[in-house]
Formats: sequence, structure tokens, C-alpha cells
Amino acid sequence: MAFVDDLGAALDKTPGGGIILTSLDAVMDWSRGKSLWMMPMGTACCAMELIAASFSRFDFDRHGSIPRPDPRHCDVMVVAGTITRKMAPAVKRLYEQMPDPKWVIAMGNCAVSGGIFYYDTYSVIRGVDEFLPVDVYISGCPPRPEALQDAILRLREQVATDSIVPGRDRQLNTILPTPGSPRKGDSAAADGDDS
Amino acid sequence: MNIDELREHLCSTYPDLCPLFSVEYGDGMLMVDSSRLHEAASDLRDLGFDRLGMVTAVDTGDEFELVYRVQSREMHAGIFVKTRVARDVASIASVNDLWPAANWQEREVFDMFGIVFEGHPDLRRILLTDDWVGYPLRKDYEDERIIRRPDYI
Repeated sequence: MAFVDDLGAALDKTPGGGIILTSLDAVMDWSRGKSLWMMPMGTACCAMELIAASFSRFDFDRHGSIPRPDPRHCDVMVVAGTITRKMAPAVKRLYEQMPDPKWVIAMGNCAVSGGIFYYDTYSVIRGVDEFLPVDVYISGCPPRPEALQDAILRLREQVATDSIVPGRDRQLNTILPTPGSPRKGDSAAADGDDS
Repeated sequence: MNIDELREHLCSTYPDLCPLFSVEYGDGMLMVDSSRLHEAASDLRDLGFDRLGMVTAVDTGDEFELVYRVQSREMHAGIFVKTRVARDVASIASVNDLWPAANWQEREVFDMFGIVFEGHPDLRRILLTDDWVGYPLRKDYEDERIIRRPDYI
């Protein structure tokens, strides 16, 4: 995305470029939020729920969120399971292989804080946020796929506030309807969600 | 050979250990001195105990108790062979030459307890990282990264 980054940086400095940049951001965030491909970092029993999320009952394809076997295809790493001290370098390396922009979901108590392995354990990392920047935390042991679904939708809201220029925040609902919000049941809802 | 004949055979081979040998429900327990472990294991394998189920160890505080589970597919019997080694010179003969299955099992015991298996072809850590300091399943293992559970939980 080097071209987009350069373009965004140039537009940010140009007088009047902010208007174009805002439009460009809206398009970029809309497309990014609709295709959050997952890096399934399943290391323990939470991976069962992560696998279930991809199949027909929960069907995350409808959110545009599909698991990919290669970190270079992925936007969001879902850390589902206990991370041990021996596994942590591998997780970090896979995260570094993902192209920017990238996000991390910590799924389950082990990935959030170490979970039941918090005390009296010599080998478990107490939360994947010791070495990765986590965007969404899901509690549960393990969490239901619905919780992961909620995390994907909330991550969309966060993606929608990102700009292609670092440090610049975008106002929500400016041009295109923001993916993920408003939620279902909101009568004034624009289109743009999964209906 | 059935289990009663096996018992008689072992009692004649190891008379001083015979009181420790018990057979219930086709399982037995044999306590041997650590210097005679390889000899006893070799005997058992020649008797038809062709499968090594597991190798593990117990830290009793004063010494380590090694536990070998050997099984016979023909006799439908299994025996726990136990031996004790001192903490300061924790070393025992490897049974890798008798049962190749002992290779990784002994590496795990070495990894967790620091017991050295003499004659093992590839004795290095198997579960923990190679630069790990200490042996975590020893009772006196200390690591500043461990958070102890407080009393109120």
C-alpha cells in the first residue's frame, strides 16, 4: 500500500486535499472493514470455536472474514489459545509477516491474561498483549462464536476510524455508511451492514 | 508365561525385592536399585515385555523416583518398574537401547527434572526452549516469572 500511503501523505499537505483525503479514507475503510481476513492463530481449545465460526452454522464468510493459511493474506490475527514462552516468538514472527494495516483479536481468557494459567505457571505468557498490540479482547473459556462475531463487528468500527495518513482520525458516517454501525434494530439505519 | 509364572520367575531372580513385587489385576510393581535398573529392564524385555508405555519421575523431596511402565502384548500384563536416584547425582542408565520409545520420554524427564540418562543418544531439552535455566518440575524450582497464587483464592 505504499502508493496509497504516499498519496495520502501528499494530500494531507495540499490545500484542499483534506476533502479528497476524507473521501479516500471512507472508501478505504469501507473496503477494509468488509474484508477482515483472519489469521487463525489457534493454539488451544479456543481454536475449536474459531473453526466453528468459519462453517455453515455461524458462517463468517458473510462478514467477509475468512481464515487464510498464509499470514501475508491476512488483516487480523485471531490469537485463540494459550501462548507459551516457546510459542511466543513464532506468534510474533507470524504477526510481523502480516502486511499493514493489521489488527489483533485476543480470543479467550488465555490470550487475554493467561486465564487459568495465570498463577503458579512457569511456561505461559500472561496475555498476548505482552508482545502484540491487541485491538479487541474477548473473554470466555472458550468464548462462543457469537462473541467472536461481535469482536469482528467492533473491530470494523475501529477500522472505520482509521485514516490512511498516520495520526489522522476520521469522523464517522461522513460519506459512506460506516460498516458495523449503526447496529441492527436502529430504525434510522442506513444500509451497509450484513442484511 | 502367565502372570503367576512371571511372579515366580522374578522372585527367583530378585529374591530381596520379592516382597515389593505385587500382582493385582494383571499389573505389577517392581522396585529395583538404580544400579540394577538396566539389568532388570533387559530381563523384562527378554521375558516378553515388548512395549515401553511411559517413563516419568516423581520428586519426593529427598530423591527422585523414576517410574517405567513396561507392558507385554502377549501376556496382557503390565509392570511398573520403579527406582530411586539421589538428587545431587541424578543419573541413571538409559533404556533407549532396549526400547527405542524411551528416547523422547527420557528427554522429557531430563527436561523437567534434570535427571541425566547415561547412554542416551540425544539428550537435550524437548519441551522447553534450549536456553531454559533450571528444571521446572523439581520441588525447589525457582523462577521470578512465576506469580504465586495468593491465599484468598
